[in-house]
Amino acid sequence: MKKPVERIPVQKTYKLYIGGAFPRTESGRFYKVEDGRGKLLANMCQASRKDFRNAVVAARKAFSDWAGRSAYNRGQILYRVAEILETRRDQFIAELKSQGLPIAAARDEVDQSIEQLVYYAGWADKYQQIFSTVNPVSSSHFNFSILEPTGVAGILAPATPSLLGIVATMAPVVCGGNSCVVLASETKPLCSITLAEVLETSDFPAGVVNILTGTRSELLEQFATHMDINAIVYCGDDAAELRVVQEGASLNVKRVVHCTDTTPTDPYRILEAQEVKTTWHPIGA
Amino acid sequence: MAKKKKPTLNFATDWSYAPAPESTDHVTIENRYDLFIGGKFVPPSKGNYFNTINPATEKRLSSVAEAEKTDVNRAVKAARTAYDKYWSKLTATERGKYIFRIARVLQERAREFAVIESLDGGKPIRESRDIDVPLAAAHFFYYAGWADKLEYAFPGRTAEPVGVAGQVIPWNFPLLMAAWKIAPALAAGNTVVLKPAETTPLTALKLAELLRDIDLPPGVVNIVTGAGNTGAALVNHPGIDKIAFTGSTAVGKIIQKAVAGTGKKYTLELGGKAANIVFEDAAIDQAVEGIVNGIFFNQGHVCCAGSRLFVQESIHDELIDRLKDRMETLIVGDPLDKNTDIGAINSKMQLKRINAYLKIGTAEGAELYQSACAVPEKGYWCRPTLFLNASQSHRIVQEEIFGPVLAVQTFRTVDEAISKANNTPFGLSAGVWSDKGAKVFKVSNKMRAGVVWANTFNKFDPSSPFGGYKESGVGREGGVHGLLPYVRLT
Repeated sequence: MKKPVERIPVQKTYKLYIGGAFPRTESGRFYKVEDGRGKLLANMCQASRKDFRNAVVAARKAFSDWAGRSAYNRGQILYRVAEILETRRDQFIAELKSQGLPIAAARDEVDQSIEQLVYYAGWADKYQQIFSTVNPVSSSHFNFSILEPTGVAGILAPATPSLLGIVATMAPVVCGGNSCVVLASETKPLCSITLAEVLETSDFPAGVVNILTGTRSELLEQFATHMDINAIVYCGDDAAELRVVQEGASLNVKRVVHCTDTTPTDPYRILEAQEVKTTWHPIGA
Repeated sequence: MAKKKKPTLNFATDWSYAPAPESTDHVTIENRYDLFIGGKFVPPSKGNYFNTINPATEKRLSSVAEAEKTDVNRAVKAARTAYDKYWSKLTATERGKYIFRIARVLQERAREFAVIESLDGGKPIRESRDIDVPLAAAHFFYYAGWADKLEYAFPGRTAEPVGVAGQVIPWNFPLLMAAWKIAPALAAGNTVVLKPAETTPLTALKLAELLRDIDLPPGVVNIVTGAGNTGAALVNHPGIDKIAFTGSTAVGKIIQKAVAGTGKKYTLELGGKAANIVFEDAAIDQAVEGIVNGIFFNQGHVCCAGSRLFVQESIHDELIDRLKDRMETLIVGDPLDKNTDIGAINSKMQLKRINAYLKIGTAEGAELYQSACAVPEKGYWCRPTLFLNASQSHRIVQEEIFGPVLAVQTFRTVDEAISKANNTPFGLSAGVWSDKGAKVFKVSNKMRAGVVWANTFNKFDPSSPFGGYKESGVGREGGVHGLLPYVRLT
């Protein structure tokens, strides 16, 4: 007989993150995530197409408010995410470790995630100054080109790194005023939902970032073909998957971003989900 | 607001002009044109040629080679060889000097190009002379200067050329679109295979002559003529690194799908259905000019045409009265006549398409109005047309007609105008008319479109980026942003 333990830990239910709420999948489906030794870590929600569509609706609803926030405000909110991630650093390291990552690598991944958030927080009120132009047209017009967010982005996060992979793709997208729906790493999904808790307590308006867990093979085509998604970020190197994404994107001329390495920070990542708008004003009395 | 009494103007007696046709004496059009591959004109492999006609007279102008797959192969190979052996090894400064040359010689031969553009495409000489050709030259001049300054275009990065660009262009601005495509491609260090539209190949072939005459190294620019099959062969060619397409959204989607999984870069400049919004505090006569320029410029064969007019309800009647009066003064006819405002519809096929929409609009319940002007007997013509009382669900409001046909709707509030204007899968351009600065900035800011004209319309410049949101395309042409599609950043 086992001896009675002093305290039974309270386990966390991992759910989806849609529109600032944590619903279970409407489908009632789940899949098991185990640690390296076969011990159950969590029953993850296996998001359905319907969950995905709900997430896109939430992202679309959040878009214009978020795009209309001042750049300073978006920067501060991203910085706030970094702050809260920092305070929960140990929890993320433990979670990555439980999913099989050596402790040093786990530490490194969490630290990099925090650094990237700080990096893009700082870009929020600067990229416009770097990439906008005033154009010396020959006619009597004041003409300028500015960047505006593309809209709703779908992000297919990489299998690994499971935390940094989301941060490095989500941060530049929302830094630029887009909203997004993220499909987390299928095999190592724990940090995605814990990250959602961080986002939820960081003054992000509901729906700006939505995070789903589930099966990539089931949802890939849904992401690619959804008519209210304007840009899609594909992480991975599966040629067949990439082709599905690119073909589906043609239905509504989505912008397709193929991200092969989530380690480097780069302002051109922000540019990938931006539109250039040029405005002409006559000069005259 | 009390309705003003409509003034009566007698256009029939007081507004006639004597014919003022541009001379065609100084223009030579060969009886037959071959493909321009590797710096030489070469016959097509299967020996097929097709006619290109003058849409104003329906008379044949010349025969043009139809490029088969093997011809496209040859052209791509020539472009690759030129890229590997010469163009990529040339210093950027020297590369730029070639492009400057193109600009200068195009200016020297401007009149010839303008006349041929009007003959082959049907556009008024005033437009080809004052807009198409000078802008094409300006485009080459602008990008020529970028060639040796690319390190300043992309801060923190190094720009490398992509390789061989395959470019497919439309028939509405044949020479200008060739310039928009070729100039940035060459400046960034790429070589080119260009396919002009089958109804308007002549100025591109004239440009080929020009490129040969200025000693542009063989194969740096290759021009292959043909229809959809030639375009498909080019787009699907494995030796192409980058596709640039201007044309319809339907074909753009096919191309985007076709290049899936190939790793090719692409830019698409597709259709539009621009909202032109007139507020009650606008300068009405200026707005009327802007509406006319927005939809009747180039027979409405403009992807960014202001084809949806939104008028604030309080000024609707007055504005429409003035617009109808202005439309009565528009002269439809001989494209070579300097008085002509609206030339010939580009092709029989396009005229059929426009006429089909005139029927659809009427059947849907919108009220058709056309000016009373006379049109020539021969040729393809469409009078300037309004559809009054159109509504959001009408096909003439939702779909791109690509003709001189304007769908008119009203609105009451700023928010209503914004939401109606954005309620379309397109997002290429928009127009806003108001004398209130804050309102203009707010509305232009809210337009989900790549180009916004505030108190003006249909203005273009090589330094000004152009391109669409949503289903109007991917990427920009013009300005520093127009270089990005033609480089790899490392």
